[in-house]
Amino acid sequence: MIEIRHVSKRFGAQVVLDGVDLTVQDGETLALLGPSGTGKSVLLKAIIGLIRPDRGEIIVDGQHVAKLKHGALSKLRATIGYVFQNGALFDSMDVFENIRLGLTDEQQFNDMTYAHERASECLRLVNLNPDVSKKMPADLSGGMRKRVGIARAIAGKPKYVLYDEPTSGLDPVNSDIIDALMTRLKDELGVTSIMVTHDVRGSFRTADRIALLTGGKIVAIGPPDEFKESEVPEVRAFLERDFDLAPL
Amino acid sequence: MDPLWAVGQFAGMVLDMVRGLADVKVWLPRTVDESWRIGVGSLFIVLLISSFTGGVTALQAGYQFTGNIPIYVVGSLVTESVVLELGPVLVGLILAGRIGARYAAELGTMRVTEQIDALESLGRAPSSYLLIPRVLACLLMIPVLVVIADFVAVGTGWIMAKSTLGISNQDFAYGARVYWHPLDGWYSVIKGFFFAGAISLISCYRGFTTKQGAEGVGRSTTGAVVTSSILILLLDVVLAKLILKPK
Repeated sequence: MIEIRHVSKRFGAQVVLDGVDLTVQDGETLALLGPSGTGKSVLLKAIIGLIRPDRGEIIVDGQHVAKLKHGALSKLRATIGYVFQNGALFDSMDVFENIRLGLTDEQQFNDMTYAHERASECLRLVNLNPDVSKKMPADLSGGMRKRVGIARAIAGKPKYVLYDEPTSGLDPVNSDIIDALMTRLKDELGVTSIMVTHDVRGSFRTADRIALLTGGKIVAIGPPDEFKESEVPEVRAFLERDFDLAPL
Repeated sequence: MDPLWAVGQFAGMVLDMVRGLADVKVWLPRTVDESWRIGVGSLFIVLLISSFTGGVTALQAGYQFTGNIPIYVVGSLVTESVVLELGPVLVGLILAGRIGARYAAELGTMRVTEQIDALESLGRAPSSYLLIPRVLACLLMIPVLVVIADFVAVGTGWIMAKSTLGISNQDFAYGARVYWHPLDGWYSVIKGFFFAGAISLISCYRGFTTKQGAEGVGRSTTGAVVTSSILILLLDVVLAKLILKPK
């Protein structure tokens, strides 16, 4: 379970998170919606300890992330797969080596036969041909890099997966494949996921609950049907794109 | 940036590296690769600069001293100037540009494209994968490059002195030996070692703490070269003061 309690974070004068409270149950998929620049990615990075909140606490599996020592934090991170917005592939390594690094169990990491099999399996899961494993990241398109990033995140069979805009920049077919993959991970392996996204359609299809983060706070949270009917003005504005354009 | 904050961050990075030394299986193969890359990759520029340095030192020594003092002094001057000062300092400054800029740009790009975050998110220590191999490779290879530069510069100085000043091999060799102390060679290597530490640690730190995209990478790269060059010059003075005692 992931518990986020009164988490605040500011960068200089800009308050990004202002007392965020959120709990994600085991096996749940939560979609975190919100306008750009409202701290959704910051919240994901805080969960994995890449950013330290100014106030509040984040507890994963009963462990306070900010209080964990180096080794314990590495162990916790090994249970969490993180899908970066732009893939964040290591450009000095080929696709296989990138995915192999996702094998957080050292025995599996050192077993090259298993590593090759697992890399091929993960590539197929994200609709990529296993032959891609020999390519360098620079030889891949943006969408392919993103999918390799997802393959790397799930290679170690993590308990949690944090997705930072998993389907942005993907064509509709591949977006649907990633949505289906998230559903399979939840249904077959009981993976707990938090998905930061702007893809409203996809989040309604895959998430158990949807939250809207705006103004540094979670202003609405609930199951998709409930969220769709919410009367919270920010939710209505977000779903109906109810904004005024400034005159040219 | 607050200087105190920067010192704290630098100390944190060094502490992480000390902690990462336990991951021998991770850093050892990468250190070997990196040593090969910077050693072989820097050889051409080191040979070029050292051969010109040796040659010019011999020419200038001849211009200043022939006719006034014994010709063998050219041998002493070339050898001592190269080994004590020109070899290590010029190699240090050139490598601050070549290796320092590369490390800062590589790590800076990895930082702004979230590759370092990705490594951390996979429960792997960036210090073992990225920092320790780079620092150890510099500590191993830069002193070796300094020794090569010393030999090549003295050699080209010898050839130049012989061909333009007419000095005999015996005179040059006598001159090279007469003021030579065993410490001189070690002093050159020690300087190479300290310069390697300055180049690698500063450039890794600047790259590792890069912010704000391409502009930040540019700033880190320039900062790494300038800071490590200044540090090389400061270390040059400090080491001379500490190690070279007048007899």
